[in-house]
Amino acid sequence: MLPVAVRAYTATTALGRGRNAQASALRERRGGLRRNDFGSDPLDCWIGRVDGLEDLALPVELAEWECRNNRLAWLALHQDGITDALDALVARYGSDRIAVVVGTSTSSIGASEEAYARLESGPDGEPRFPADLARSIVHTPHSLGDFIQRATGLRGPCITVATACSSSAKVFAQAARLIDAGVVDAALVGGVDTLCGSVLFGFNALQLVAVDPCKPFDADRVGLSLGEAGGFAVLERAGTTTSGELQLRGYGESSDAHHMSAPHPEGLGAQYAMRDALARAGIDADDVGYLNLHGTATPANDRAEAIAVDAIFNGQLHASSTKGWTGHTLGAAGIVESVIALLALESGEMPGTLNSVASDPICGPQIRFDNARTDTLRYAMNNSFGFGGNNCALLFGRTP
Amino acid sequence: MTTLVATIEGIGYWSRGLPSWEAARAFATNGAVPADPPARPLPQLLAPNERRRAPETVAVALDVALAACAAAGREPSSLPSVFASTHGDLSITDYMCTTLTGDPRTVSPTRFHNSVHNAAAGYWTIGAGAMQPATAISAYDATFAQGLLEAMVQLAAGHEAVLLVGYDGGSAGPLARISPSEGLLGAALVLSSAPGDGWPQLRVSLDDGAADAVGGALAQRDQANAMAQMLPLFDALAVGQRLAVLKAGHGRVLRVEIGHV
Repeated sequence: MLPVAVRAYTATTALGRGRNAQASALRERRGGLRRNDFGSDPLDCWIGRVDGLEDLALPVELAEWECRNNRLAWLALHQDGITDALDALVARYGSDRIAVVVGTSTSSIGASEEAYARLESGPDGEPRFPADLARSIVHTPHSLGDFIQRATGLRGPCITVATACSSSAKVFAQAARLIDAGVVDAALVGGVDTLCGSVLFGFNALQLVAVDPCKPFDADRVGLSLGEAGGFAVLERAGTTTSGELQLRGYGESSDAHHMSAPHPEGLGAQYAMRDALARAGIDADDVGYLNLHGTATPANDRAEAIAVDAIFNGQLHASSTKGWTGHTLGAAGIVESVIALLALESGEMPGTLNSVASDPICGPQIRFDNARTDTLRYAMNNSFGFGGNNCALLFGRTP
Repeated sequence: MTTLVATIEGIGYWSRGLPSWEAARAFATNGAVPADPPARPLPQLLAPNERRRAPETVAVALDVALAACAAAGREPSSLPSVFASTHGDLSITDYMCTTLTGDPRTVSPTRFHNSVHNAAAGYWTIGAGAMQPATAISAYDATFAQGLLEAMVQLAAGHEAVLLVGYDGGSAGPLARISPSEGLLGAALVLSSAPGDGWPQLRVSLDDGAADAVGGALAQRDQANAMAQMLPLFDALAVGQRLAVLKAGHGRVLRVEIGHV
């Protein structure tokens, strides 16, 4: 594929708002997880919660989209010069030449849950949503994409990708295809997922939630910690390349064809996705310096991913999971961890893995618990895998 | 924008009472309906126990996907796939929200993993043994148009053929007033970048405008389903019209020119 330039990028997580908050917390190994205080009957676990969402409100002209998920989207959208970068691209190409491709797992289902908790009796005696939540757009997956389109005024194709935890990695692939095919010249990509009962109690039902903070790739790991996050990147067809430009260089997508909620035991689908990303970029595995792992800290995911990574990369690779800092932010994991990979390309600072002490013997030498820094990082990869065996690997590069 | 082109190699269709593309085409051309149609689509790819557990939306998506592959003579495992659904499975959303309000610790693990928007894509890739990429999207009333666009740019990116599936099911509970959708509807296309041999050719471009308000026979029959947005294309394919205009979001349309053989 032709390289796609990354003009701006940002993430807002339990670590704080914007890129600097992520970078400093990663550098100082300061995690964002707290004891679960979400909802009226919280499970005994730890979560990555974004502070201050309850006190935000959308502008009055966007009140139709009001909900926790879109508030986090609005907050994330207004960090790190995203809207300035979009303004410049609109001036260059026009708003109908810029796509919106965003990912989410549960979108604003939290609003539907709240409506069910506050059902009223209608004139016909049937239960109905309270008036303040009787807004169709927040009870459907495209709530996120529709909100971002309205909030930005962009008029190109607008899509919400919902492939569970690979959603906001796959948005980069879809946007790159739209740009490559000449449908658009640029795209706003990203993803947002917020804490809600569905995911907390759903993952609990699958016995995948750890009581203590998650410990990715630790021999004693027992499960994940859930989190919420939002993030965005502004992509444009790369033109005359300047030195130090960040680019999307490749993407790889695959399916496990194995099980709805368990990975292929040897990570075969994950291997296909990583190899496809390398092939599309035309580089060797040895050229990759940093890999942000999916690394959810469930026993099965980390085992399969460790095997897959060891099958492709040599021991020079620095690979780590950052979910000990942010929690597993589900449909936002793709954008959050792409932002972390891009930060590593810019600074040379590569995070390790938080909370983990004793490495699982299945881990190859690639998987690191300590932070490191390098002056030679050219390429960084990010893995995101979702339910249904849905895999995506992204390869980012920095021009010399 | 660049006009994108593709050949339709296979079509699948299922709605209650019209359980195949042949039945849909006959209905669109002369109003004929088959006698004793099956009440439920049959996801033949799934193992018997999974067939029972699979939600209706998954069953209809897998039924039409397999029919389109069979018509195209393409091995299901060989195709990347795009699954387009406005709402996913509304009855599972109703179940999740009801259970969370009552006793959240009793959420069914199976219904939770079936609640993801890519459930049909997941079951399809497992059933077909397809390790090819699969995606699942929504764009509200522009879902099918954006799915078609994604399938076309996958062809442009080098895939020889792509499977596109559009589907939605019925709404349930208090959600039904807010997110109305009735019936069970699915349709699938196998699209190819190879020159057609006896199959229709598509030329697709984005434009400003509004989609047709009055649809053909298929669109009118299933207008209460959230995926009725795709039916202008299937009406046009059934009766040999040369243009279908699909909603592509807020004042935008996807113009689909059809070269019939």
